[in-house]
Amino acid sequence: MNRVSTATAGFCGHCGEPFDGGSGPTSDVHGRCGERLAMEPPRYCTACRRRLKVQVTPTGWAAECSRHGVLAP
Amino acid sequence: MTTQATVATSDEASDKILVDARQQVLEKGIGLTQEQLEDVLRLPDTALPAALQLAHEVRLKHCGEDVEVEGIISIKTGGCPEDCHFCSQSGLFDSPVRGVWLDIPELVKAAKETAATGATEFCIVAAVRGPDIKLMNQIKFAIDRINEEVDINIACSLGMLTQRQVDQLASWGVHRYNHNLETARSYFPKVVTTHSYEERLETCNMVKEAGMELCCGALIGMGESLEQRAELAAQLAALEPHEVPLNFLNPRPGTPLENQGIMDGKDALRAIAAFRLAMPRTVLRYAGGRELTLGDLGTREGLLGGINAVIVGNYLTKLGRPATADLNLLVDLNMPITELQKTL
Ligand code: SF4
Ligand SMILES: [Zn+2]
Ligand SMILES: [Zn+2]
Repeated sequence: MNRVSTATAGFCGHCGEPFDGGSGPTSDVHGRCGERLAMEPPRYCTACRRRLKVQVTPTGWAAECSRHGVLAP
Repeated sequence: MTTQATVATSDEASDKILVDARQQVLEKGIGLTQEQLEDVLRLPDTALPAALQLAHEVRLKHCGEDVEVEGIISIKTGGCPEDCHFCSQSGLFDSPVRGVWLDIPELVKAAKETAATGATEFCIVAAVRGPDIKLMNQIKFAIDRINEEVDINIACSLGMLTQRQVDQLASWGVHRYNHNLETARSYFPKVVTTHSYEERLETCNMVKEAGMELCCGALIGMGESLEQRAELAAQLAALEPHEVPLNFLNPRPGTPLENQGIMDGKDALRAIAAFRLAMPRTVLRYAGGRELTLGDLGTREGLLGGINAVIVGNYLTKLGRPATADLNLLVDLNMPITELQKTL
């Protein structure tokens, strides 16, 4: 996925919560989110947490952050 | 494909339910009553393979072996003023889905891509209570552009319609109109409060009277009782829609049903069999939520259990199985895709 890579990303594309909550393994918090992202497009920009404008078509999807531009699968 | 096989159920009461259903639905083509449907929905797991087998035989006898393929697209996403408790596109809930309009060139491109999968229906959907003049004008424009460039039947789903709007859509060549009942009449007020069941029925009836095919769907797994699930199947059967898309709740974050949980896969399969036994001749389409509720295996079981149509690829706001996965499965199952018969 051509999203801001999760290594540098601050926020979860599914739930919009910070990846690093400060304590505990982040995988516990966002494990289900990862599964969900296989079945739905991201709703939040992983860089800035803005809600994305998402368009789904039968064969694809595109998402746009007003600050970070277009993200596509 | 096998058309005649009786799978043992290992229990006399279940056997009787299915033997009676076989005579009534398969032989005579008469759908089951609400009471009979309750029995089917209560069948034990051991009887499920036999129920699905019977539903499959009913589908083959009364509908044929073809599978109808459709693609759907949202022309206006999110920001809907209605409060359907399952819907991430209601503007009344704190859902992460943002309002978006699709432009016409993108819509035409999506129609082409959909037609390339072998689909014969392309359904344009808007998250609205009902269409305003701006939306109707866009729909007219979209229909004309798609008809110029793509060989596909056009369906619409634009909420509740006035008689004038029904007539307009029919005169523009809209082949099918989708307006779901969603749930049983007795459960509807628990799920929607901004409009009534009767209002939904009114639009459905106008669509039929205008000569468009009615596509009227169900969304199950919203906390309705088994009796209400049977009630819904019977109410749909009474409406005699051309097509029933069957959705399974995918609980959406921020909606009132977000904590509802995912429906049990076996209950979902029982519902598929029951809906087919309620409506032997209707196009019964796999729609949203099947990936979550039933997984890959369930898609195959449903297609061998009464389903004879699929939504291919993605949904309005969620992703589906890749189009190729379903199309390959149809080849595997030796089920041909319905060919385009343009009625325009
Ligand atoms: S009318 Fe349609 S789009 Fe609007 S909230 Fe209900 S289901 Fe969602
Ligand atoms: Zn998350
Ligand atoms: Zn951003």
